[in-house]
Amino acid sequence: MYVVVVGGGKVGLNLARELIRNGQEVTLVEGDRRAYLRIEQELEHAIQYGDGTELWVLERAGIQRADLVVAVTGDDEDNILICQVAKEKYLCERIIARCNNPRNLQHFKLLGIQPAVSATDLILNLIEHEVPGHGLVHLLDLPDEKLEIIEVEVTQGAPAAGLQVSDIDLPDGSLIISVLPRGKAGFVPKGDTVINPGDEVLVVLDPGLEPHITAQFAPNGRTG
Amino acid sequence: MMVLVVGAGRVGSAVAKSSLAAGHTVSVLDEDPLSHERLDAGQATSWEDSGGRFTVGTAIEIDALLAAGVEEADVFIAATRGDNTNLLVAQIAQKRFGVDHVIVRVLDPARSDWYAEQGLHTICAVKLGIAMFQTAILDIAEN
Repeated sequence: MYVVVVGGGKVGLNLARELIRNGQEVTLVEGDRRAYLRIEQELEHAIQYGDGTELWVLERAGIQRADLVVAVTGDDEDNILICQVAKEKYLCERIIARCNNPRNLQHFKLLGIQPAVSATDLILNLIEHEVPGHGLVHLLDLPDEKLEIIEVEVTQGAPAAGLQVSDIDLPDGSLIISVLPRGKAGFVPKGDTVINPGDEVLVVLDPGLEPHITAQFAPNGRTG
Repeated sequence: MMVLVVGAGRVGSAVAKSSLAAGHTVSVLDEDPLSHERLDAGQATSWEDSGGRFTVGTAIEIDALLAAGVEEADVFIAATRGDNTNLLVAQIAQKRFGVDHVIVRVLDPARSDWYAEQGLHTICAVKLGIAMFQTAILDIAEN
């Protein structure tokens, strides 16, 4: 696999390093001359100097034959535009963008730059995962497939608490795929599995159904 | 008509002033409060007294665009110093807010051409400058 990584900061350099170690062909593009000279001592021919938003720099890095373009500069505008030309001009099938400011995620979405990885959001999700009594947590979003997997802790008095899986009033387009009782190993439920307060359930669902899921499992919980 | 100019540098402020003088409603957005001085420079009355609007804010912040009146804009001009900011904010104006006429300043000739093919109205001063140099050299060579 040939990967073009734009942005030789902490994220980009470590990514390039790991990919090379895993036997992938990588070109890292860095626009700061000092950073370039420092990294060149380690990566040698696997790094090129230049502004990765300029087309000739991307072409020199071989973007036309790239299987994957990863834009991880510290600038969201740059990352969006690099991925936009990678996808729409050079027809690269797979792109990954770093989103530095979570408020800019909407711009990545607007222009179809997916997936956009926001470290802030990832850490926030992890924190919510660790906070006891949380409501609903997004574990995985697959916007292209229009699917997501969420985790929700069943609260006392929730409509689903004490019911068998087959009796829970779930909307079409959602399915309980795993039950994690407190302190015990998780398992894939059957129709007659009883859901208890304090259990965590993993649900796969069509985007937009979250309110229905919350209503069944954690009507008094916090959503996140 | 309502003209929203993002970026009050040399280009943006001049376009804003001439649009106001031509009788249009003009709103200017810039992240630097001091850029307002360019709008007042050489004018008999201040920018606001002449009827202009000025908002301090970052171009790609939705709240700043809303405060500057992007929803009422007939013409959107992206004229910050950064090509990437201009290309992004222009597409936000076009695709998110549906502004009818979006004009974007791009210094990089290659991307100016490509984004023009994608339907953006780009203006590339560098291309014009190169052409003028070429003509000037040609004139000298021929005379």
